Amino acid sequence: MTFSGEFLAFMGLALVAIIGGVLLLNLTKVVHMVVALIFTFVAIAGIYVLLSAEFVAAVQILIYSGAITIIMLFGIMLTRHDDESEPKAGRWRKLLLFLGIVGFAFAVYIGIYDFNIEQTPSTLHENNTLQIGKALYSKYVIPFELTSVLLLVALVGSIILAKNEKKEADKE
Amino acid sequence: MSSVPASAFLALALILFCIGLYGALTKRNTVIVLISIELMLNAVNINLVTFSKYGLAPSITGQIFALFAISVAAAEAAVGLAILIALYRSKKTVNIDEMDTMKN
Repeated sequence: MTFSGEFLAFMGLALVAIIGGVLLLNLTKVVHMVVALIFTFVAIAGIYVLLSAEFVAAVQILIYSGAITIIMLFGIMLTRHDDESEPKAGRWRKLLLFLGIVGFAFAVYIGIYDFNIEQTPSTLHENNTLQIGKALYSKYVIPFELTSVLLLVALVGSIILAKNEKKEADKE
Repeated sequence: MSSVPASAFLALALILFCIGLYGALTKRNTVIVLISIELMLNAVNINLVTFSKYGLAPSITGQIFALFAISVAAAEAAVGLAILIALYRSKKTVNIDEMDTMKN
């Protein structure tokens, strides 16, 4: 394993992503947790660039660091957010969960730590967006259209879910 | 070729998935639980994109599947947040251990 620029970039991005995740677990204020997670999302976009998936990286920045973080912040501000999310749950439960997750991570790590398929040269980095567009509109047209239907259903459904209650409250 | 082995990317995805799993199972604020689930979905997307480059037959399909996963995750976040707000209106709480109406 040589210390090339790519390796250094990977290590930096992975460090930022993991630090963001650990901050999510350890901070006490809810808004700070969400802001810590923005670092993780941007670092994951950098990881996508390293994996020659520039379009997915752009989508990641747009959807996750842009849209999802903002609507989560709205969700926090529309609900009661002044309370610090101090855990009331028992320490034993947390400890057992932690041990279980560490066991799970160890079991999966045994499976992947020497994973090494012979690398075959790929052309993913040349005209990445063009390739995605071609594949999306030739091979995957039906899933693509179904996704648009799904997004429409989610849009209408979430508006109805969030609005209905208020109307009934006004009537009463 | 690339100097970063594929297992490094897989290990990063595993660590992020475990952080998300721990957050989703221990945090009390429902918004944080939702966002931890987003983190787990992100870890899965890293795996998909990794195998689209390092797999036996590298192709664009993994990236396309990651895009579909991202859009489904966005829809899930919107619906989850709408349910959370409707629940907050009726129960005045966002703590997940007080949402036990179906427990009896």
